[in-house]
Amino acid sequence: MTDYLKPLPKSDPVTAPFWESLHRGKVQVQCCGDCKIFVFYPRALCPACGSRKLAWTPVSGKGHIYSLTIVAPGRGPDIFKNDSPYVVTLVELDEGCRMMSNIVDVDAEDVKIGMAVEIVYDCVTEDVTLPKFRPVIPSKTSPHL
Amino acid sequence: MSGLRDATVVGVAESDKIGVVPDKSSLQLQGEATLNALADAGLKLSDVEGVFSAGFRPTEVAEYLGIQPRYFDGTHVGGSSFVVHLGHAAEAIASGRIDVALIVGGESGRSRVGLPAGFSGSHSSAQSMEGQFENPYGLPGAIGGYAMACARHMHLYGTTSEQLAEIAVAARQWAGLNPRAYKREPLTVGEVLASPIISWPFRKFDCCLVTDAAGAVVLTSLDRARDLKKKPVRVIGWGEGSDHQLISQIPDLTSGPGRISGPDAFAMAGVRHEDIDVAQVYDSFTYTVLTSLEDLGFCKKGEGGDFVSGGRIAPGGDFPLNTSGGGLSYTHPGMFGIFTIIENVRQLRGDFVNQSLRQVAGAKLGLVHGTGGKLSATGTVILAAD
Repeated sequence: MTDYLKPLPKSDPVTAPFWESLHRGKVQVQCCGDCKIFVFYPRALCPACGSRKLAWTPVSGKGHIYSLTIVAPGRGPDIFKNDSPYVVTLVELDEGCRMMSNIVDVDAEDVKIGMAVEIVYDCVTEDVTLPKFRPVIPSKTSPHL
Repeated sequence: MSGLRDATVVGVAESDKIGVVPDKSSLQLQGEATLNALADAGLKLSDVEGVFSAGFRPTEVAEYLGIQPRYFDGTHVGGSSFVVHLGHAAEAIASGRIDVALIVGGESGRSRVGLPAGFSGSHSSAQSMEGQFENPYGLPGAIGGYAMACARHMHLYGTTSEQLAEIAVAARQWAGLNPRAYKREPLTVGEVLASPIISWPFRKFDCCLVTDAAGAVVLTSLDRARDLKKKPVRVIGWGEGSDHQLISQIPDLTSGPGRISGPDAFAMAGVRHEDIDVAQVYDSFTYTVLTSLEDLGFCKKGEGGDFVSGGRIAPGGDFPLNTSGGGLSYTHPGMFGIFTIIENVRQLRGDFVNQSLRQVAGAKLGLVHGTGGKLSATGTVILAAD
């Protein structure tokens, strides 16, 4: 039983390894054995070169915000209408592929294009874990500071 | 090309009423638009051999109208479908397969009476690619997709909310000249900027209307058109293009497939950008216009904000654009493309010649550009009056 009412993904035979990896607290994405690009969403063939040699490959879960929109209260799909302003984003992973997600653990107004983010495993039900992202807080020992 | 006939638009019309029409179903609106467009042409239902529609299947529309078509096309790529149909219908007539084509679209988008199956707002299945990889995150439909594209355009090129507002203000100025427009009261840039955020960076007045309306377009060969009531408008170039369906799969978020459909249409027509007298460019959102003008090559990528500023696209400006008031101020039931064709044909026929600013004086060459889905598919058509 669950009280989570928002839309849930239903995996298919090709996409199941992605969803299963999230459920284990890891993330893996297909990589093309011929042209070497990372492919997302999961497919039966590489959309860049047509190869069928796609291999599930662990990725870092780190990336940056490619773009975003901030949805005003009352303006999203019905089941989201009671949420505070929330961020829907396209995250570009360090490996080069992009995925849609939400940015969490930060005020919506502070989210900017280009911001470094990392994956958060959001276990929304017993069976489904969604990939969400949060800003990477530079540590005090970072050489960039 | 020898052996091919010239295809012409000979009739265009909306449904009897547009705007808020709660007492009429979607198919009823399409039936009215069809009869009105045929009357505009001086043709009858029994003359129609080809039916082109999206939303409803061509067979659903044909059945309702009592037509038994020998040619049909249900290409459904969102709001651009009807502009794509215009090219397809021109091909069917040019090749001699049919003599009379009907393109019809529109719906009860506001009152939601008798909507076609799969009308926008219905959800894709949880196992579809959209259901798995987009719907869980609450993207607010088309608005959210275009908003993300606009946000990146602003980030890369410095495009401003004020520049987007100029597009909404110009549309409203044109609507003020069109008695059938839904929103006609004056609108200022300040009022656009003060309107509430829907899905940042879009505010209320960056977004199209939601109305009840249908439209229809009738085509035949130039030879037959010479015997009909209205001045024929030739279809001289067309193109279509797509580079994604889901917004998360778009190759470049700041560019749309107008860069595919536009060059094809211009090359086929053999005309240049500076030859275009009047243009209707799909305005689901203010940003849709801005990126489309860039993708079509009217200005360079990133320069759309400057291009639309300073009254250039408003009445009296040197680039008359969306002269009905567009989807932002005239009407927008859900899929707007059919209305871009209707308005451009009227301009090229000189239908408004007694209405000063409303008529683009001496317009001979027009461009129609539709965008469907989430910047997913475009159709571009170039029309010419003699």
